[in-house]
This record gives sequence, structure tokens and C-alpha cells, in this order.
Amino acid sequence: MLLPRQTRLVLFLLSNLFFIPITFSLVEEQEQFTEELLLKPLPDRKVLSHFHFQSRAPPTASYGHHHRLFPKAIYQLVHKYRIREMELSFTQGRWNYERWGGFDPISSNNAKPPGVELWAVFDVPEHQVDAYWKNLTHTLSGLFCASINFLESSTTYAAPEWGFQPFTGSLRYGTLPREAVCTENLTPWLKLLPCRDKAGLSALLDRPSIYKGFYHSQQLHLISAEFKSGELDSGIILEQTLTVVLQPGAKRTGLAYFQPSWSMSSIFGRQITGKCVLAKSSNVFLQIDRDAVSELKDMWKEMSVNSDKMSKSLWSNPYFELSRAPDRIKEASSINSDSASILYEFFIQKCSKSESFDLGLTWKSSFVWSCPKAPLHATRFLMGSGNERGSIAISLRTTELNRRLMDADISEETCKLRVDIFQMVPWYVKVYYHTLLVFVDEKPQALTDVIERMHVSPSEDKVSPGLMELALKLPCGLNSAALTVEFSKGFLHIDEYPPDANQGFDIPSAVISFPRFNTRLHFPKDDSERSPVLSYTEVLLVPLTTPDFSMPYNVITITCTVFALYFGSLLNVLRRRVGEEERILKEKAANKKTGWISILLSKLFAKLRGRPSESPKSPASSSSLVSLKLLLKVVLVASVAVGWQIEFLELCGFERIDGEKFLDLPIEKVDMAALVSAGSEL
Amino acid sequence: MAAIEPLKARKRPIARLGVFVISHSLIVSVICCIAAILALLLLPVLAKNTYISENALMPGSANTMLSSEEVSEADRFMKDVNALSLESVDAGIKIAKLIAQYMADLGAEVCYHKFHHQQNQFNPLHFFSIPDPVVVQRNISCLSFGVNTVGVIRAPRGDGKEAIVLVTPYNSSGMDAAEASSLGIGYSIFSLLSQVTWLAKDIIWLAADSRFGVYAPVAAWLKDYHTPLFSGLGQVNAEVCHESNDLLKLNDAMVSNRNISNIFTRSGTMAAALVIKVVDRHDEADKDTLSIFAEASNGQMPNLDLINIVNYLAVHRQGLRVKVEKFFSLLDSKFLNLVGETVELLGKVAKSLNPNWRFGIPVAEYVEGTATLASSLFNQALGVPTGPHGAFRDYQVDAITLEISPKGSLKNKDQRIDFLMRGGRLVEAVVRSVNNLLEKFHQSFFLYLLTSPSKFVSVGIYMIAFALLIAPLPIVAASLYSDANRRDSSLRNEGSSQPHVFADEPTPTLKSWRWLHAAKSVFIIHFWGSLVTLLPHFISKMPNGTPTSSLIIWLSLCTLSLFLLYMISGSPFSHATASQPQEWAVLKSVTVSAAFIGLCLMSVINFATAEIGALLIVPMCLVAYPLKLDLQDWSFRALIRAACNLTLVLISFPPATFYLFKGGIEGFKSVNAGDFWNWLETLWAWNSATYLYIGMVHLPCWVSCVNILLHPC
Repeated sequence: MLLPRQTRLVLFLLSNLFFIPITFSLVEEQEQFTEELLLKPLPDRKVLSHFHFQSRAPPTASYGHHHRLFPKAIYQLVHKYRIREMELSFTQGRWNYERWGGFDPISSNNAKPPGVELWAVFDVPEHQVDAYWKNLTHTLSGLFCASINFLESSTTYAAPEWGFQPFTGSLRYGTLPREAVCTENLTPWLKLLPCRDKAGLSALLDRPSIYKGFYHSQQLHLISAEFKSGELDSGIILEQTLTVVLQPGAKRTGLAYFQPSWSMSSIFGRQITGKCVLAKSSNVFLQIDRDAVSELKDMWKEMSVNSDKMSKSLWSNPYFELSRAPDRIKEASSINSDSASILYEFFIQKCSKSESFDLGLTWKSSFVWSCPKAPLHATRFLMGSGNERGSIAISLRTTELNRRLMDADISEETCKLRVDIFQMVPWYVKVYYHTLLVFVDEKPQALTDVIERMHVSPSEDKVSPGLMELALKLPCGLNSAALTVEFSKGFLHIDEYPPDANQGFDIPSAVISFPRFNTRLHFPKDDSERSPVLSYTEVLLVPLTTPDFSMPYNVITITCTVFALYFGSLLNVLRRRVGEEERILKEKAANKKTGWISILLSKLFAKLRGRPSESPKSPASSSSLVSLKLLLKVVLVASVAVGWQIEFLELCGFERIDGEKFLDLPIEKVDMAALVSAGSEL
Repeated sequence: MAAIEPLKARKRPIARLGVFVISHSLIVSVICCIAAILALLLLPVLAKNTYISENALMPGSANTMLSSEEVSEADRFMKDVNALSLESVDAGIKIAKLIAQYMADLGAEVCYHKFHHQQNQFNPLHFFSIPDPVVVQRNISCLSFGVNTVGVIRAPRGDGKEAIVLVTPYNSSGMDAAEASSLGIGYSIFSLLSQVTWLAKDIIWLAADSRFGVYAPVAAWLKDYHTPLFSGLGQVNAEVCHESNDLLKLNDAMVSNRNISNIFTRSGTMAAALVIKVVDRHDEADKDTLSIFAEASNGQMPNLDLINIVNYLAVHRQGLRVKVEKFFSLLDSKFLNLVGETVELLGKVAKSLNPNWRFGIPVAEYVEGTATLASSLFNQALGVPTGPHGAFRDYQVDAITLEISPKGSLKNKDQRIDFLMRGGRLVEAVVRSVNNLLEKFHQSFFLYLLTSPSKFVSVGIYMIAFALLIAPLPIVAASLYSDANRRDSSLRNEGSSQPHVFADEPTPTLKSWRWLHAAKSVFIIHFWGSLVTLLPHFISKMPNGTPTSSLIIWLSLCTLSLFLLYMISGSPFSHATASQPQEWAVLKSVTVSAAFIGLCLMSVINFATAEIGALLIVPMCLVAYPLKLDLQDWSFRALIRAACNLTLVLISFPPATFYLFKGGIEGFKSVNAGDFWNWLETLWAWNSATYLYIGMVHLPCWVSCVNILLHPC
């Protein structure tokens, strides 16, 4: 701030000049960047923080190819692969639908299966979609430092018809459940933001604290209207979200349900020092759940009976207190409930640069509530044991919300709850779709009664995964429902096994959606963007038979042995002349009158060849006697050899030294001449 | 003859070797049997030191985090449990609720698992398979139910595909301090693991209600985990068991916590399971003692790595004394001591010859090793799991039981806290090590025998003894058959002076099929064996049967059915005419082959059973010789042989073997006549393949041998 006055003036003028054209063409043709952060205390003493960055590029037709804010990489990606919509998510940990809710937009849109999930809709003719998908996976893999390129293989992705998203034909969906997520994926993601993580809300992203959390999901959602024909052209919208569930306060307190107080600096270890100057708006929201609000209001009523001088301020009351006053308070109305969740809004613009923004929440009394849950809670698990077959079971259980909703509708006989299930299964888990069984309230049901619509594409070995899309219509008052389908486990070729094959193989999460229920996005604005309630099930681990990977070595050894034996005997048979040999043997036997050793040898030889000895001297010597002798001799020779191994060496001049551990030959006893001659012989 | 000779000359060397061996079958079988017994006796010498084969396990690489805070909390929990267990009314339910409350306070997902106790029943047609669950559901009794409490900690950053299971059995109807402290160890671990960030696998803590035995609750929970029923469960429960359901409902109402539910909570595939048991032995030792139990049903063992890490951590980190089960009665056996001394002497001699040869081991070590090995072999052969870990092996989960006994008294607070700390740290370190594991256990051995906690004999070595034992069987069978054929033909040659007019053509074919008759009789005996195997099922259905009476009924039914079958199918004796003097030899040859096949099959299913069975059967089969011939001969050799035959036959009769064995282990005074029946009942109740082996291989072979002995040649 030691600039001379003139310079400051010039700067001011420059910036004014610079900004004027943009402000003039504000209405339609402008790149926009907004950033938001939503904080929400969760019932199990954790805090959800949800970063939401949105970049908007105007349509190319009117704006041209050059952008100031919008990331070039994404723009090129959209144009090269003609993407209509795409979503890529990197997730670590599991979203706890029971405790963190399943009926709000965050859980429907931002609760993702562990690992990488990618889906994309292309604006190309149907026969080209696969080619575009493959190229896209490679590009994204390079862009985000992840092994997304493994989604290129046709065994890893599927083309859902209607069960996942309503784009027939041009939608491709693939997941990599085992992909590890870390900062190497976050850094390229941050690079797409105009301020990186240097300023604005993203400055909060301290790597150690966000990766220490219980859930971490980083997403990139892309909607482009560039190639839509005949519709209103709205350009490209890039939404980047990061959802983190963190635990404030490391140590457990004595009271299990006393909510911990927290502030931004305590959970992130950083503070906001100002907005990203390039952002159009930069807001922080704090949300208190509907259940919590109704609970609070109940308590308020009780309290107000006792004392009227209660300060009924929504942000500073006897139960909790915010560290700074919100700029705006919104009560989002809910579908059918008297209470609504409260949203406190803070504008970062207003905070000065010297004073950093640090929002804190202090709980003053203990407090229990629960998050809104999806109508049915879904779990998926494997049944059976062994390496041959098993079955996948999806179990749906009703939650309080459904009970509450259905109480109203229970009078109607025809009330039906629609549930869509989308399930992709790799080919080596061979699902028998005809074994599909549905149980409602523990009673088996005829499939035609329950299933409204069904689409199955069976897997093809080493080509494509199996795909099952089901639309169930279940009675509203149900307590539980279950689906089972059997499978048998396939065998892989040895080079198809991934590293660490003995861990087992993953079946990607199934997607359960409730199309009749919608959740509304409360922010950034009050736009009524609705999305269906969606939940993902667990990833399953199927142990398959794995070979002993040292097996090739064993196989090579044994085949070589067999070959050697075969060729050896074959050659032997080929080059042998039996008649001639016998003649020679006979001659020898007749002519030679040699010592007892040779007689014995010939006897032994003859015995081994299975013929009676032709020696005239051996009439009927008991064969067992001979072999006994032979055996004794062999044993004798062997034992003599073993026993004399050392004695012989000692005889040769070696001496025992060093505590009788080694035999040593004194140098003077070495006959150099003999050694040299032996060496030359060799 | 001259024309045949070149044909013979062209035989392959292997074939010639075979002929050579067969012609000397007597020597070969004697050598093989002696070598086999030597090999068995040498097994403790050949045992190798265990080593941790999977590098990913990294046991003990991190410092244990269990602090006095968790332990004192666990102590408080133990006190609460002890206080509740003194109450007489509904102690079981109250303890379960207390455990659930404590689990839920740690932030775990908790559920109750109600199971109905049912007697293990013999299902002859579903021997190896699990019986139809619907049928089982029908005959549950309502009054006998137990409540397991299950807590699940979700790994904060894990994907929940795998889980590690901790089991602490406690008897809800009468709990003692030892069981409470096993719960205490479980709680201290659980409270630590609910805070740590390094978990990659979920943790399931199963507090198993062991009022019906330690095995039943774990097995019931595993069954519901892996093969749940979707239909009809509620109906049956509602129809039959009103009171018990109400009890649980009440339970529900009292539980205000949202984390506790009656709905079965699950996690992923199980990676490993540890059963933690505390036993107060009241013996003052200088160290806490840890006993490891690993044998599951049918001689299956968990991966050796699991035992290795427990042993390594217990010995080198926590300073416990680790033990494996052994036969104490073998420790002061004179024979073993003698063998041990010989081995030691041999080792010394070998060492003096070449200092690099170090195979001798001290006498005490040898005897200990043999006692442990014998117990290991026996437990595997029995095929009955040695603890609740056996239930896990049925679902391909590696599991062991850790039985910890404290050095001091559990009543002393300092000593108790000290003990909890050590036990907890051991379990924590094991969990951490298994948590490191990326793949499932596969790297180390599954087929092994332990000679001490840190020494093992792998399958490659211990199968030598078995191979040597059964190797003579086919050789003897072949030699007997060829001998019989040769003698037959020589007889025929002698008798060929009288011209056979029409028999000339069919004789060769008839001759080559002559074993068929012997095979028929052996087959009938084996068929009888399988019938006899099914009989106990029906006998056990009879009311008011004491074991002794059942045994007598069974034995008499066996004899009766044997004679009946003989009458129906024609006695094998009736065919023994003078024209076939070598009939018994062919019969023996077929018997020996049947025994060989039976043993080979059994060795695939349960190696230890086959090994012990071979020790009994093989000598009996090899020696069997008609008593009549021996008595006709009346030479010293023949008499010895007859005596041998009689002793072997007596010893190998299954009840006799059992009584001898039991008498040898526990003293003859405690042996009851009904014990054998009880033993058989346990075998079939546990679905042990040994039961099938006794009924379908051992008993028929024994009867065949008796048949040979009594053969009227």
C-alpha cells in the first residue's frame, strides 16, 4: 500500500476499463463463476461440508472459443467428445444413509460409491458412442491422474436403458470400486478453478484435514447444451463439488450425544481470508436439519411458557449460537411437514480482507435428532459360501419417513411405491436372472405382481458385463422387501487376474432410486431444480477361485520332464537293434569266462531286464536272495561313503581346526604340481 | 516257450521294475511299514520353525495404542456386567442389553441376534450339505433361545468390503469372573477401534450367548449372516413363539437408542475371526498363558500365518507363554523317552561326524513335540472342532480361539487391569496386523500339524509316512492275484492230461474274471457297511435308550444284517470249492485293494483320519491269512502269524480300539460300555467324516479280514 497516488488512480482506471465491457453484456453472454460452501451438523457429532463451485461458459456460437474463466481443458473435452452430460466422482469411504440422511439433495447427488464412478451422455450417433467413451476415459485418466482408462474395456462399462438416467442409447456408465483417491486427484481438480486453492472458499482445503474425514467425495459434473438442436442454448455448465464429512474434536467426551462445538478453523485448520475475486458470488451456508428445527421449536414452546424474555433469535438461542450473525435466514419449505430446515447464509463479499471469516457453531445443550431418510433403506449382501455359487440379495427396509408418508395414503388401496434398481455385474459373476425372487414382507411374490418393468442384458464372457434394470411397484405399507438372484462364479484366464487377486473381486454398487420422490436443491438460488432420490448400495467382494500363481513354473517343470522322458524312450526305441544286442550278449556269455564281479553284473543286468540269466552257473538262485545281497551291498557302499567322507579327506592330509568345524589343508602339504596338472586336464 | 521269450524281453524297464517289486512284495511291505513308523516317529525332528509368510501382515510394526483409559472403562463395564449377572431374573436379557448399550455408546451399530437352540441332528442324506433351513425352522423350540449381541464398527475410510470378527462367548445364565473379563477384553478393543483412523476393514464384535454351548450361538449367527431366510421367518416366530417375541419387544421399547435394532446388521466378507476366551485356572504361574486352538471340522486348519502372528505377538510383544494342546499322558511314556534319547544320540554322533548336520533335538523337546503332534493329529482325525472357531471354517473364514489364563487372580484390581491391558494389546496387535492384509489369507500353509506353537510339520513331510504305509497295499494285491493265477495255471497244466472237451474255450475268460466273485463278496460287505452307518440314526430315534443299550442294539443289528445279507446273496464260503484253492488269496487281494481305495479317498477328505486309520488297517490287511491253513501247518511261523492275526483283528475292531485308546489316555477305570456310542453320536452330530470312514471303510475292511481269517480253504 505504499504505491504513489497516481499509480493507484491509474490502476483504478484500468480496472474500471477492464470490467466495463463485461458488465455491459451481463445479461446473457458472460462467463460466470460462483462458489458456495454448505456446512451442516450431522446427528452423529460430525459435520458435513459441501463445497460447490460452478463455472458457466456461454454458447460458442455467440461467445467464441476463448475463455477467461472457464477451464480450457474441459471446454476442449466437451467439444472433442461431444458430451451432453457427464459426471465423474472420486470417493473414499461410505456415505452413511442411516445417520447422515438419504432424502436431501446432498445425499442424492453427492453420496457416491467408493472409488471412481463415471457416466457420460454423448451427442453422437449410437454406433459411435463406444468409440467416444473409450477416448474420453483415456483423456480423463490423463487429466485426473487416475486409472480411469481401465473403463475403456467393454467388460467394465454398461449402457443402461432407463434404470440409471433417462438417456437411452447414448449413456455409458462405469465404475472402478478399487480406485484409491488421494491428493493427486484433487490437485488437477483444483486446477480447473479460476483461483485454484489460493483464494476464496477453496483456500480452506487443507489436505491433511480433508483426507482425515469419514467420507470424501470429489465430483465433476458437466452439462452442455452446445450440440442440442432446437433448444435454448445455455452453453456449458461445469459443477465441481467436494463433499467431506469431518469429525470436529478428536477426543470423545463423556456424554455420547452432546454435540461438539466447532468452527471452520477447528475442522479445516484454516480460515477464509476473502472471496475469490473472479467469483460472481461467494457464499457460506449453514443448514440445520428439519428434524432438528422441529425439535428446537418444540423446546422453544416449552421454554416460552416458562419465560417470555427468551431471545427467540434463530441464530443465537439457548441451544446453539453462531459466531457471527447471518446475512440472510431462509426457511426452506418441505413437501409435507410443518417444520422446515433453516438455512443461514453468509456473504463472503462483506467480510473485509484484514479480518478473516471464521464461522463457528457452539452447542449449549445436548440435542438429538435424525436426518431425513429415503423411503426405503437398501442394503445389499452376498449369500452362500464356497467357490462355486452364491447369491446376491438386496434388502429394502422401510424407514420412518415412509411410515409417516404412508400413514396418510394408507387408506388408498392402490397406493404403490415405485423403486428402480440398476445393477451391473461383471461377467465372471454369472447371474442366473431366472432365479430372481422377490419377497415382500417375508412372503414370496409372483414377479409379475411386483415388477413393473424389467430390462436385462446378460453378460457375455470376456466381452460385456451383465446388466439388470428393474422397476418395482411395491405396496406402500410394506415393512421390508428383498430380492435375491443366484450366480455362479466363473474362471478367469491366468493373465486376466488383477494384482492381489486373492483379495476377491468387486461387484459395483447397485443404484436404488425412487422416481416418485424428488429432492429440491436449496441453493445456490431458489431455483426448483429437482432430482430424484437416489442411493447406492455397498460394494460387494466375491472371493473367486484363484490359481496358485507359481503354477506356471510347476507346469513348465512337469511338462519338460514328461517331454524328456518321452523323447528319451522314443530315441532309445528308434536307435536300438534288439536282435543284434542279444547276439552280442550271448557271444559274451559264451566267450567270456571272467571274474565274479562281471558275472554278478551280468546277472543283475539280466534280472533288471526281466529275463532269466543265461549264465549256465545260475540254475534257480532265489531272486529275493540276490536282491537282498544287492541291497546290502548298496547300503554298505553308501554308508562307507558317508562315513569315510571326512576320514578320507583327513587321510589326504586335511586337518581339523577351528573347533572341529572345518577341515583345513596346510599349504605346505599341497602338491602344486598335481593341482596344475589336474587343472590342465580339466 | 522260445516264442514267448522275445516278447517278454521287450518289456519296458518300468514294467520290469514293477514286476520285480511285486515279486518281492513281502520284503517291500515290511520295509515300507517299518519306514512309515520311523517316519512318523521322526516327525518332531523334521518339524520346521514357523515363519510369517505374508509380508503384508507386518505384525508388531506399530506400537499398540490401547491405553489405561480404555482398560479402566472396560473394568467399569466388567463391574456392571458382574453386578447384573448376580441378579437371578432375566439376567441373560439384561446383560445383552447392557452390552448393547455400551456398544452403542461407542458409536457402533448394534443389533440383537436371537437364535433358537436345536440339537444337532443326524441327517443321513445331507451329510456334508446344510439341511434345508425351512425344515429346520419348523422344529425349533421356543423356550430355548439365546440372544447374541452384535456390534459393528464401520471403518471410517474403508469401503466395507471386508470385516474382522471378534467373538467373546459368555454364559448368560451363569457368568463367572473369567467370562466377564473376556467381555472386558472385547470391550477395551472395541472402544479403542471405534476411535482409530487406521481401520481398513470393519470390525464386528459378537458377544455370543453361550448358554447352549460356545459353538451353537456362533454357528447360528454365521448361518444367518450367510444364508438368511427371507420368507416365513416372522410367521413361524409369531405362531410358535409368542412369549419370547414379547420379551424382545419389551426389550425394544426400553431401548431408547437409535443405534440398537433387531434387524440383522451385516458387514462385508469376513477376513479373519478371533475367539477370545479367558479361563481362570487358578494356578500361580510367572506369566499369563495363551492357548491356541485351531482345529475345525474334518481336520481343516486355519492358515498358518494367523497362528504365526498370534504366536509372534504373544511371545515377542506381550510376553505371554503360548501353548498348544498336547497329550500329557504321553509325556512320561518310556518308549517315547527311549526314542528321544536315540534321536539325541544319533544327532550327537552326526554332529561329531560333520558339525553342519544338526538334526538332533533334546529328549524333552522331542517328547513334548510328539505329545503335541499326537494331539494335533488326533484332533484333526476326530473331525470335531475344538471351539467356536470351527463354525467359521465352514464358511472359509480363518479363525482361531485364544484362550488366555491370567497369572494372578482376577479379583485383584491391579492384576486384573494388568491382565486386561496385556490381553487387549495382544488382540489389538493381531487385529491391526490382519487389517494390514490386502488379500485374504492364502500365502502360508493350510495343511500342517503343529509340534509346538512355533514349529510345524507341513503336508509335504507328514504325508511321507502315509504314502509309505499305503504303498505296499497295491503291490501286495497285485502279487497275491498274480500268484493265485500262476498257481492256478500250474495246477491246470498238471491236470491238463485229462482232456477238457468243452471247457477249453471258455476257461481263459472265466479265469480272468475269477476275481469277480471275490469282488462281489467284498462289495456286499461294503454295502453292509453303508447300511450299518445309517442304522444309528434310527436307533437314536428310539425312546428311552441308554448309550449301552443302543450300542448293544446296534451291534446285534449289525451282526443280524450281515448274516441276512449273506443268506440273500449267498455266502462267499459256499463257492470255495476245491477247484479254486487260491480263493482266499484273491479275496485278500480284493480286500486290500478296497482298503487302498478307501484310504486314498479318505486322505483327500481328512488326512489325519486316513493316517491313523492306515496305521490300524494296513498291518491287519497285510498279515491276514486263513487260520485254518495256519493250524494245518502247525509250524512256529504259522502259529506266530495266527497270533498276530488274532491280536490285530482284536485291536482294530472299532469299539475295541476306542476302549483301548480311551483307557490308555484316561485310565481303564473310567471307561464305560456306553462311551463308544456317545463318541459315535458326537461324531455324527458334528458331521465328521471320520464317522463315515469308520462305517464305510474301516468296519467293512475289518469284516473282510475276519472273513479271510475264517476262510475254509
